[in-house]
Amino acid sequence: MVVDVDSATWDREVIQSSVPAIVDFWAPWCPWCKRLMPDFDSLSNEFVGQLTFVKVNVDQGPEIASRYGVQTLPTLKFFCAGRPLAEIVGYLPRTSLKTQLEMMLSNHKNCLAQSSRLKTNA
Amino acid sequence: MSENLYDIIIVGGASAGLTAALYASRQNLKTLVITKDVGGQALLTDHIENYPGFGSIGGFDLMTKFEEQAKSFGTQFVYDEVTSINANEDTCFTLTTPNGEYDTCAIILAFGKTPRDLGVPGEMQFKGKGVSYCAVCDGPLFKGKTVAVAGSGDQAMDAASLLSNVAGKVYLIHTWEKPLGDQEILQNLNANSKVEFLPFSHVTEILGDKSVSSITVEDSRSKQRKQLQLDGVFVELGYVAKTDFLKDLVRLNGRKEIEVDRECATSQPGIFAAGDITDVPFKQAVISAGQGAIAALAAYNHVQKLRGGSSVRADWKVKKKP
Repeated sequence: MVVDVDSATWDREVIQSSVPAIVDFWAPWCPWCKRLMPDFDSLSNEFVGQLTFVKVNVDQGPEIASRYGVQTLPTLKFFCAGRPLAEIVGYLPRTSLKTQLEMMLSNHKNCLAQSSRLKTNA
Repeated sequence: MSENLYDIIIVGGASAGLTAALYASRQNLKTLVITKDVGGQALLTDHIENYPGFGSIGGFDLMTKFEEQAKSFGTQFVYDEVTSINANEDTCFTLTTPNGEYDTCAIILAFGKTPRDLGVPGEMQFKGKGVSYCAVCDGPLFKGKTVAVAGSGDQAMDAASLLSNVAGKVYLIHTWEKPLGDQEILQNLNANSKVEFLPFSHVTEILGDKSVSSITVEDSRSKQRKQLQLDGVFVELGYVAKTDFLKDLVRLNGRKEIEVDRECATSQPGIFAAGDITDVPFKQAVISAGQGAIAALAAYNHVQKLRGGSSVRADWKVKKKP
């Protein structure tokens, strides 16, 4: 399952997530985003309990995209304990995307235990 | 031979590749498309008005229809990138991707062209951090900001025009006195106060910290360089054929396009090619689709010849879908 997030729900769904989160920054005008989305949706079912799948429509959440320096769509950012630790810029086919997500989880497997929780804006 | 044995493998998933897949699958060939993505350059086109049968259709929608039609006749897809093709002693081929190997006796190369890089320091470092190759995708993220478009043709003028609707200022950096292309767009850009033309110029460096903050531009006549403070650079230099990995396998022309005959056969028996990657003079979705159909029927006949079966000259029967 992929959770739609905006400024009001960002802290709860991403910063406070009990597992790492992968955030898809997308927009309705972006053709590569449309191409990526079905794969992103289906991969969310393969990482249940390991990774929270989140998407941010930059039209509705421009301040979030701006805060994290998103300048290309789609951009995927990997967050752990509220911090962006890795990213994928641009479209990737499903196989490569899955490999990259597995690699991010492997590279940062202890990130929750090692990190202090960021204070939220709430 | 690996377990991944197919009657025909198509490399590329846009107009040419998907049409070839449709035609090959309709001949009951076990057909695989290996492609990084589906749609290619057509995905970036909002309105296609010259594809017969559709008054106007978005590139995404048209390519989705192609994909669905090919799948409905049994085409299989692997979303990956072919990095090498090796000919075997038995006149067949092994295609290698980072994630697997695939064998076949008939290949159709239809992977189109890829955007040309600027090739200057900073480009790779700031890719996705202010350096973009897709004004349609990324332009709206530069609302009110200063950007540059590097390029001299229609594609660059289109990007400058689109960006001028959102950005605060647009530099158009082009090689000659004027950009080359559609005069109406050029006139509109000339009348647009947000657009500043930098003729006889090219980008020599992209600078920044976490993202692009400036570029260096050189005047090719005086060799004088100046720095422009800006937030984004859109590279719109056209497309190139990335065929170096095929140079020992099939004959290429001076632009590294694959040379094909009227049956879309390359210089290597068993390998066919279709679409923008070939030396066909006109690069259009409908031409790519037509070439894809030719390549598939010719490839089918090649497979039939290896099997000792009969060949076809057309595909007009109503077929039962799997």
